[in-house]
Amino acid sequence: MLEGFLIGLQTALSVQNLLMVIGGCLIGTFIGMLPGLGPMSIIAIMIPVAISMGDPSAALILLAGVYYGAIFGGSTSSILLNAPGVAGTVASSFDGYPMARQGKAGKALTVAAIASFAGGTIGALLLMIFAPALSSVALLFHSAEYFALMVVGLSAIAAFAGTGQVAKALVMTLLGLIMATVGEGALFNLPRFTMGIMDLQSGFGFITLAMAMFALPEALFLVLKPKDLQGDDGKIKELRITGKEAKAIAPVIGRQSLQGFFIGVLPGAGATIASFLGYAVERNIAPKKEQDEFGKGSVKGLAAPETANNAACTGSFVPLLTLGIPGSGTTAILLGALIALNVTPGPRLMVDEPQIFWAVIMSMFIGNLILLVLNLPLIPYIARILTVPRNYLIPFILFFTLMGAYIGQNNATELLILVGFGICATALKFADYPLAPLLIGFILGAMMENNFARSMQLYDGVSFIWERPMTLGLLAIAVILVALPSYRARRAKARQDGVAEGD
Amino acid sequence: MALDRWLALVLLGVCVAYGYAAWFTMDGSLAPFMKRNPIWPSTFPKVLSVLGIIAALVILLGLEKSEPKAADIDYRRLGEYNLGQALLLLALMVAYALCLRPLGFLISTSALLVLGSFILGERKWHIMLPVALIAAVSVWYLVQVVLGIYMRPLPGILGG
Repeated sequence: MLEGFLIGLQTALSVQNLLMVIGGCLIGTFIGMLPGLGPMSIIAIMIPVAISMGDPSAALILLAGVYYGAIFGGSTSSILLNAPGVAGTVASSFDGYPMARQGKAGKALTVAAIASFAGGTIGALLLMIFAPALSSVALLFHSAEYFALMVVGLSAIAAFAGTGQVAKALVMTLLGLIMATVGEGALFNLPRFTMGIMDLQSGFGFITLAMAMFALPEALFLVLKPKDLQGDDGKIKELRITGKEAKAIAPVIGRQSLQGFFIGVLPGAGATIASFLGYAVERNIAPKKEQDEFGKGSVKGLAAPETANNAACTGSFVPLLTLGIPGSGTTAILLGALIALNVTPGPRLMVDEPQIFWAVIMSMFIGNLILLVLNLPLIPYIARILTVPRNYLIPFILFFTLMGAYIGQNNATELLILVGFGICATALKFADYPLAPLLIGFILGAMMENNFARSMQLYDGVSFIWERPMTLGLLAIAVILVALPSYRARRAKARQDGVAEGD
Repeated sequence: MALDRWLALVLLGVCVAYGYAAWFTMDGSLAPFMKRNPIWPSTFPKVLSVLGIIAALVILLGLEKSEPKAADIDYRRLGEYNLGQALLLLALMVAYALCLRPLGFLISTSALLVLGSFILGERKWHIMLPVALIAAVSVWYLVQVVLGIYMRPLPGILGG
């Protein structure tokens, strides 16, 4: 552990990687602040840059910095404008915006920064403890278990999608898996489903798909419905918080770091769920007098979601780094970037390339520190970006989307595919289909089929499903995960209809 | 029928076509030695197509009840939003894709940025043009020199 710690410190403290952290955090904060652009779009746009750097540690450090920065920037626009840039910071606007309206914007930003810092740092500590333990367990896994684990991950994503959304999330996941089979396949490298088109021989580009699924629809939504960006243009002053407030938020931060981290570890439940749940939990356990303050500018109500979403962001790295299975759209994009850099995250990562694993953890500490030290004093200036007119902003977003797809492949056909998929994704977004499962399915597709094929060959058929108890158990969990929400919905409906409820 | 069920119908079509390709067209051309393998290239797609058809049918037949919630944009009133601008921007992106090679990076990109702002209602040419040119040249410089990826800067006839 200590050895790894030092390796990571050595890698992360190189000048290049320090610059990557600082740059990533700043870029993330800048773009995350813009309402409508989430961390997934930003990371998707940054991927070509990260990949062409060629150094996996530096790339992952940069992207993780961007991720953190985006969440931090999103909370800034939630607080100042009541226009959350990121879904994970919606809960921050419940109490942050009322605080800003009362002229305490500076204080709100400080509370948010401290809470994020604490959440991220405690999360990174937990990651340091849990990831090596989990990966030593994961080394015992067989390809059949891997296959089953991926099925569990994908069905968990569908199960957490919310009421009435399970089938939609499932369809999108399956569509992602289907798209992953296009091109030269897992076995014998036979081209499949290419319809004779040469450009599809190598399959769909992952960056193109990421751009088309996230960046392009978000940009189009910004065009269709301009968000009102008029905040109270009051000066941000008085960044200090009192000792009493610090005392009030300290236990909140402690509880929410733990809770947020473990929610983040679960596949499908990311920063968004963690922040809403954190807010609800803190409101329920607060004393009656403070409960009334929630929603009207309570420091606790701001600290809870801020801590939880940052801790959850860190937690979502656990399945990525130890199992190689992303639990959220953002970590799926990170996984894609790592594969492009010839690094396969998974239990072997810590054995084969410990410097990557530890450098990422170290850079999380550094990134959090930078967000606290660098961004807090700079926030009043960075917030000026909110005044950049959208007439200039949107063409640039579109341009970076196109560029990202182009320089990955150097192929103009890719741009047409991007626009086509972008239109499809926008239509799906209109109808409230979740888009992240598609990308996760797409990225896991090839791995899943490889593991499936390997276990089929080892057992000469599908008998591995019942001959390996662990595989069977995992697959049973997957079935339960998918079936449970619809069962519960049906029971709730039956209860509404006045049907007696059996035990 | 609501949009989400129309889309489910489309997705069902996709899954059926995919399933047809997987079940009926792929196995014939398989070499004999491959047929002795317990798993064929079409095995996984076959499973996926069946699952996909089932899931799409669940949405299409409305088996899973969902409460309607206020979406960010109501597609039934699409005409009230800036639909024209969005469509023009999409057309602009297609044009960019087609022009990138023949016209070169610098001209296409400047045109994209200027026309993009123009479509969105910007008319201050004295700001638009310099911003677009500076952005195009600096991005080209970054990609070409720093990242080392070749992009043709000028139109082909100028030897770029």
